[in-house]
Amino acid sequence: MSTVAGEMDHNDHHHHAPSGFTRWLFTTNHKDIGSMYLWFSFIMFLVGGSMAMVIRAELFQPGLQLVDPHFFNQMTTVHGLIMVFGAVMPAFTGLANWMVPLMIGAPDMALPRMNNWSFWILPFAFAILLASLFMEGGGPAFGWTFYAPLSTTYSSDSTALFVFSVHIMGISSIMGAINVIVTIMNMRAPGMTYMKMPLFVWTWFITAFLLIAVMPVLAGAVTMVLTDKYFGTSFFDAAGGGDPVLFQHIFWFFGHPEVYIMILPSFGIISAIIPAFSRKRLFGYSSMVYATAAIAGLSFIVWAHHMFTTGMPVAAEIFFMYATMLISVPTGVKVFNWVATMWRGSITFETPMLFALAFVILFTIGGFSGLMLAITPVDFQYHDTYFVVAHFHYVLVSGAIFSIMAAAYYWLPKWTGHMYDETLAKWHFWCSLISVNLLFFPMHFAGLAGMPRRIPDYSLQFADINQIVSIGGFAFGLSQLIFLWVVIKCARGGEKAPAKPWEGAEGLEWTVPSPAPYHTFETPPEVK
Amino acid sequence: MATNDPTPTNARPDNARVVKRLLFVVVGMFGFGFALVPLYEVFCDITGFNGRTKNEQAAANTRQVDTSRTINVQFITRVNKGMPWGFSPEVNSVRVHPGETKVVNFLASNPTGQNMVAQAIPSVAPGEAGLYLNKTECFCFNQQPLAAGADTKMPMQFYLDPDIPEHIHTLTLSYTMYDMTANAQPDVLATFEATPSAD
Repeated sequence: MSTVAGEMDHNDHHHHAPSGFTRWLFTTNHKDIGSMYLWFSFIMFLVGGSMAMVIRAELFQPGLQLVDPHFFNQMTTVHGLIMVFGAVMPAFTGLANWMVPLMIGAPDMALPRMNNWSFWILPFAFAILLASLFMEGGGPAFGWTFYAPLSTTYSSDSTALFVFSVHIMGISSIMGAINVIVTIMNMRAPGMTYMKMPLFVWTWFITAFLLIAVMPVLAGAVTMVLTDKYFGTSFFDAAGGGDPVLFQHIFWFFGHPEVYIMILPSFGIISAIIPAFSRKRLFGYSSMVYATAAIAGLSFIVWAHHMFTTGMPVAAEIFFMYATMLISVPTGVKVFNWVATMWRGSITFETPMLFALAFVILFTIGGFSGLMLAITPVDFQYHDTYFVVAHFHYVLVSGAIFSIMAAAYYWLPKWTGHMYDETLAKWHFWCSLISVNLLFFPMHFAGLAGMPRRIPDYSLQFADINQIVSIGGFAFGLSQLIFLWVVIKCARGGEKAPAKPWEGAEGLEWTVPSPAPYHTFETPPEVK
Repeated sequence: MATNDPTPTNARPDNARVVKRLLFVVVGMFGFGFALVPLYEVFCDITGFNGRTKNEQAAANTRQVDTSRTINVQFITRVNKGMPWGFSPEVNSVRVHPGETKVVNFLASNPTGQNMVAQAIPSVAPGEAGLYLNKTECFCFNQQPLAAGADTKMPMQFYLDPDIPEHIHTLTLSYTMYDMTANAQPDVLATFEATPSAD
């Protein structure tokens, strides 16, 4: 833990970028680790995506045709777990690894050996989780929220593997978060005061605090599930004096900050990209910082809006309803700041900007459906329907994932030293944009009409909507292969990228050459 | 990092100290997750949140009966999934004045060929009413042994606190019967030996 960046750098000075597999296995370089995180998350995105394809194929028609319900439940569960813990979170950690040191003028992350650990335990966590699908009795089938007693009394024998894999994912995230905090606190270049930090650094700083606050609570929750299932405790077992509703409180105490963990770094990315392509400074920088902090603070007092139908007292429902709605204030500050940044800007529409614009619009749609869900009396109707599925996919796919893709296009020239293929990238954008809406927008209507989520079969009146949704799903899945193609093509060659490929871009990362050398900012830059 | 760093402003800060503090937060939050269990317990007991009702013997009723009000008390029974017992209240509801003591019998039967032990867990709706429901005698305080093929009548004696809020006109007391044979208390199991055949 006392490893300091200094001594690692001395070792690396003499043999730059060792080759072969051991380079990646033993690397302590933030750029290598960032790249591994990003590739890992993309692979997980495809794995979790193929599970979504199984789900959409089964739901293409009413009735049971392709998979049995138990397997369907495993698909919805593992799809959720992989996308949350395997795709979105590692992608953000990868971006933080690559960009935070470059943005604050640091030579590396503060704790490089721990950085190596926090990445390399992740593949094992997901190998364990995926392996559990092939065990007798199947893998986790209780939803990514693993509500007790589904995950205790009624779960398969492989639940212990699920628990351990979540433990490992949690340890990895906590180590990553500690690293980000220490780096930001201790390794900023001279003159880089807190209120000069780029917003991506700020949002990650706050996200990292959320992570160390709630990932341990998740670890506690899975541990209680483990002991309830295997060691006879009764945390969530009413027969033994426990309470299954307690599980939901503990889970969502983690779960709601978790959904902000998956969106705050997006806000930082969008706050970098929109000014760059509007050729204007970000409107309201300090209000962005305070809004991010406000969202993070509020995230701890809204968890029970996931549980309106558990029979809470009216007073509690009203409190959680208003607290939830309050979050739209700082979020609105952000959206209006982005719009104000674009106002009278000289906007150009390169792919990062297209994804950023789509993010602003589609994330706001997701925010609005979230506000609808916050209204307690109507939530009784929307609860556990496809309306909820539509809501969180709007904020997570066309929100978080779109921002990650925007970030990838924005910084690919810096990472690879090549410009990506703009035509192909535009194809990727337009295919994704159309298909993502075809995929998730009709789900709102299915949900309002009463179609329940996590069910492999449905009544006949939902057949048309589900067919459209499935077609959108297949199209969205295939569109991501274009992204893979663009990234591979860009990594292997292409037009040489200058140090600063985007005219309006600002920040220290554009002062180093493209591709960013293996070691950067060994002498800290001076920030005026 | 350059060995002779010329900028004193960038003197190596103490990473270990920050890491230590953050780890302290991590350990603290892990503990907090578990602390939520007793905190929730206390919170529910105080507020009646989540239909929690005092599941222990209340003091005998010495309250004034408030005949100006009548409250409808409904009874719901169910057995947990996979639990083969029959379990039902003798009457579905009673009308009581606050402060008045009532006895309601519940019927349980064990249709299986095995001696079994069960425990009934109560829940009250609306949650706030749970605070005013006082049970002076209840089968739900203890595990209930029932020999193979036997049935029994289990009394529950209760009264409502006259302080029960004005707006509560109906309250529902629900019991769920859980199979506890696997984790029965030894003294409960001993009753099977004491009475070789029920009925």
